[in-house]
Amino acid sequence: MIIDHPLLGPRDSAEFTYMGDARLIDRPDPDGADAAAAFFDYAYLRDNPAGWHRELWFHEAGDRSWLVVTRNTLTHEISKVELAREVARAKGRSK
Amino acid sequence: MHDLTPTPALGAATQTIGTVTVAENTGVALASVAARTGGENTCTKVLKAVLGAVPDVGRTVLHDPEAGFWMGPDQWMIGAPMDTHEDIADQLKAKLGDAASVTEQSGAWVAFDVTGERMPDMCEILCNIPIRKMVAGDVRRTMIHQLGCFVIRRAAYDHIRILGPRASAKSLHHALITAATSVA
Repeated sequence: MIIDHPLLGPRDSAEFTYMGDARLIDRPDPDGADAAAAFFDYAYLRDNPAGWHRELWFHEAGDRSWLVVTRNTLTHEISKVELAREVARAKGRSK
Repeated sequence: MHDLTPTPALGAATQTIGTVTVAENTGVALASVAARTGGENTCTKVLKAVLGAVPDVGRTVLHDPEAGFWMGPDQWMIGAPMDTHEDIADQLKAKLGDAASVTEQSGAWVAFDVTGERMPDMCEILCNIPIRKMVAGDVRRTMIHQLGCFVIRRAAYDHIRILGPRASAKSLHHALITAATSVA
């Protein structure tokens, strides 16, 4: 599997480590009324889709950036690769 | 006064095997610069003043006395001769202030200079970087012998510098010597 890194170009997936569902970017508000339930969901509950999935990959043997990779779990086709920090910033997180 | 000599990472003697020479380079002082949120512009200005240019993605700026390379988004490693710039981290911190986090890295890395006609063959045994496509000044982080290392293609056509974890200097040296032996 080849991951087309937005900065470095196509790289072997062996250089990366899978770090989980990209929903982990959306950390619940710890001061929210339903914080306990929200964090239970955030920490333990995962969808396991057969098909397109947005996931976090860490470029461990590369530039150490975190990526959001949109990957088809059935075919391993990758349709989109973004820097995770840009995804988070687009949602208004930490500028 | 005691007659003290600094301890190198390994203290290995330079070895030439076939056409390839593996030499430990104990003369590099290193510091990393990571831009803090909002400090990116200041970082760019300071690095331009220090190096002459900001290292582009996957590139080195070979400059005298300070040189630097790109490590990741808004992160760079700056190097200079140990003799004159042992306090390079303090020098950079004074210039960058709160715009960046500066960390002394001289004590974290071991540097090996690998030179010789068959250096590309040796490099291909060690790691999966496209060494023959890389040009002078290209830098890649990669795995050598299970160790995260930087491989920098230097100005001379047969010269690479490898930065690896200092605590594993002996393991890395062993891997380099083994690879050099197998291409000799």
